[in-house]
Amino acid sequence: MKKNLTTAIRLTLVCIVCFCFLFPLLIWGIAQVSPGNGKGETIVVNGQKHYANIGQQFVSDRYFWSRPSAVNYNAAGSAGSNKGPSNPEYLKTVQNRIDTFLKHNPGISKEAIPVDLVTASGSGLDPHISVQGALVQIERIEKIRGIDKTELRKLIEKHTESPLFGPEKINVLKLNIALDQINETK
Amino acid sequence: MNTEISGIILMFILVVALALPFGRYMGKVLNLENTFPDRIFNPLDKIFYKLGGVDTSREMNWKQHLKALLLINALWFILSMLMLTNMGWLPLNPDHNPSMRWDLAFNTSISFVTNTNLQHYSGENGISYLGQIVLMLWQFISAGTGIAICAVLFQAMKERTTDKLGNFYVYFVRSCTRILLPVAFISAVILVFNGTPMTFEGKDHITTLEGQQTEVKRGPVAAFVTIKHLGTNGGGFYGSNSAHPLENPNYLTNTLEMVTQMLIPFGLIFALGYILKRRRLSWVIFGVMTTGFLLLVIPTVITEMNGNPAISHMGVNQLAGNMEGKEVRFGSAASAYWSISTTVISTGSVNAMHDSYMPVSGMNQLLGMMVNCFYGGVGVGMLNFYVFIILAVFISGLMVGRTPEFLGKKIEAREVKIAMLVALLHPLLILGGTALSSYLYSTDPVYYSSWLNNPGHHGFSEMLYEFTSSGANNGSGFEGLGDNTPFWNIACGIVMLLARYLPIIGPIAIAGILAGKKYIPESNGTLKTDTSTFGMVIFAVIAIVAALAFFPALTLGPLAEYFSLR
Repeated sequence: MKKNLTTAIRLTLVCIVCFCFLFPLLIWGIAQVSPGNGKGETIVVNGQKHYANIGQQFVSDRYFWSRPSAVNYNAAGSAGSNKGPSNPEYLKTVQNRIDTFLKHNPGISKEAIPVDLVTASGSGLDPHISVQGALVQIERIEKIRGIDKTELRKLIEKHTESPLFGPEKINVLKLNIALDQINETK
Repeated sequence: MNTEISGIILMFILVVALALPFGRYMGKVLNLENTFPDRIFNPLDKIFYKLGGVDTSREMNWKQHLKALLLINALWFILSMLMLTNMGWLPLNPDHNPSMRWDLAFNTSISFVTNTNLQHYSGENGISYLGQIVLMLWQFISAGTGIAICAVLFQAMKERTTDKLGNFYVYFVRSCTRILLPVAFISAVILVFNGTPMTFEGKDHITTLEGQQTEVKRGPVAAFVTIKHLGTNGGGFYGSNSAHPLENPNYLTNTLEMVTQMLIPFGLIFALGYILKRRRLSWVIFGVMTTGFLLLVIPTVITEMNGNPAISHMGVNQLAGNMEGKEVRFGSAASAYWSISTTVISTGSVNAMHDSYMPVSGMNQLLGMMVNCFYGGVGVGMLNFYVFIILAVFISGLMVGRTPEFLGKKIEAREVKIAMLVALLHPLLILGGTALSSYLYSTDPVYYSSWLNNPGHHGFSEMLYEFTSSGANNGSGFEGLGDNTPFWNIACGIVMLLARYLPIIGPIAIAGILAGKKYIPESNGTLKTDTSTFGMVIFAVIAIVAALAFFPALTLGPLAEYFSLR
């Protein structure tokens, strides 16, 4: 018993040195040469820093909207809605989102709204929307910004990530930054 | 083919392709044979043995193994309590997060030392970086404990008569340095280069494109996330676990995290075949586990890709499937696949919120944990499966009228009793806990209203899930449950504690007793255990035990919700 205890204490101390100090320091050191130096990948626009992987809230009609979020895209925390599929209150929320979307995008049929635009993501920080999620917002953006539809389609095509495996997607932040740049150059 | 489907098929093929050679390597490591990276690891291990005071030549019997394991685990629990209740004023806390209350620290300490990683706190604001790093230590060494005790099982299953089963500390050190450390290192480097942070700086303040002020939480994420999966721990750095875009930035990292969490449970099956020189037995076990896994994962993928019928009625385009609680970059197929993988192997990390899955998917997630031995957690999955093998040998022995024997050892009343107790403990803990919480809730639904995030059957499922996850040492949750209360912290803590150590003690006792028995060479009268027929018997025993024990509870929760959802 006593022998086991001293071994347990000493071995734990060795493990602390190896796994709490050396291992994290080693990875931290390697991270210094990675993109973003281990602090997350960032994009700088007009002197403002943005995190490429962290979604942002877009509520104004001038921008492509992100998905609904349970934490309003504040990355100080992260969470999903955790609403069950049969929860009546949740289904009402989804219905309200559909109605709001139709109000801001007149002329769009319900069948054109993809489900990702009316459901909240798991992290509440989802940086992406589906391709259809961007296409369905074109008319609104065209009207407000005066950018031609074909140009918007091209922009979406350019920002579509079609990987070999996994779903197609669009980074909303990058798309909106490009959108602002089109208006600036005009 | 659909890129989402091909993506998940690739994940499965990759794991099997890597687990075959890696399992052989683990077999050599755990059988104390020479391996190719000895030049690096021999000196490293020597440092561990010397500074740790390990007498490598001392062989232990099964009782001594268990004593060593329980003692060192108890020490970790005490250290963890001290750290978590004091981290607020200790260094490495740039965001000034508070120390934990004692009941939350009790729950979290048990949770991480038992390889469960159930989290009743949120990583962003419930713990300091020092706290995270200490939890990371438990992630390494609780996984090392699991592999080490599995090595004892393998030694005991060898064809010989002995009570000397190697040295626990040697298996533990070799598991940590030669199995966990190198793979964790490679996977952490890949994560870092894909945008997972590894920094000790605190929250960053940014202004969004629309001009809002928000914060971004950073930290030493990559080192934490890599071992979280490799050791089938599952506790996230962030509250939303691997759904968080910094913890799991893209489809590649998603595949990496998926593959690393399945690698060791798969590999140990093949390590068993290598050590015992019984490849066929390995494949029988692999076949039974994979059949179970596929039976759960295929319906789940289909259900999630079909989406929520209640939302279909609203008329929107649901081609992407059920996307509530899911991330666009993974899609419904890879999320569904992950949800079953993480519940059959006791990882418990999530890349989408399990609370928002369809009822059938939620049921399959529950079943994965209720069975808890289709692959299972590192090391302990094999121990759980061993219990079912013993039961299957006994039952089939009775059916054909032969003396039950497994690997040349007679199985007698004592072993079967232990196996039965371990098999029944699991439903007792889960259903007992759920019954208690349901009773409490029903006495005063207003007082306990903060417990449940969803009404009706789904609310019951939230409570059932929490106890199932604790009982399976899984750690995922229907996270809508308001679980940071003394009741949930203490109840789940006790369940995790019993559910970790009793199912380690039981199978090791059986294996240890069998190892000391006389070896009887195989004859014509021996029941062949490495055949597909015997595989079917094991599967039937597992299915019957799970179905009889858990079917009534599943009827009240997910099944009732399924039939009410149209």
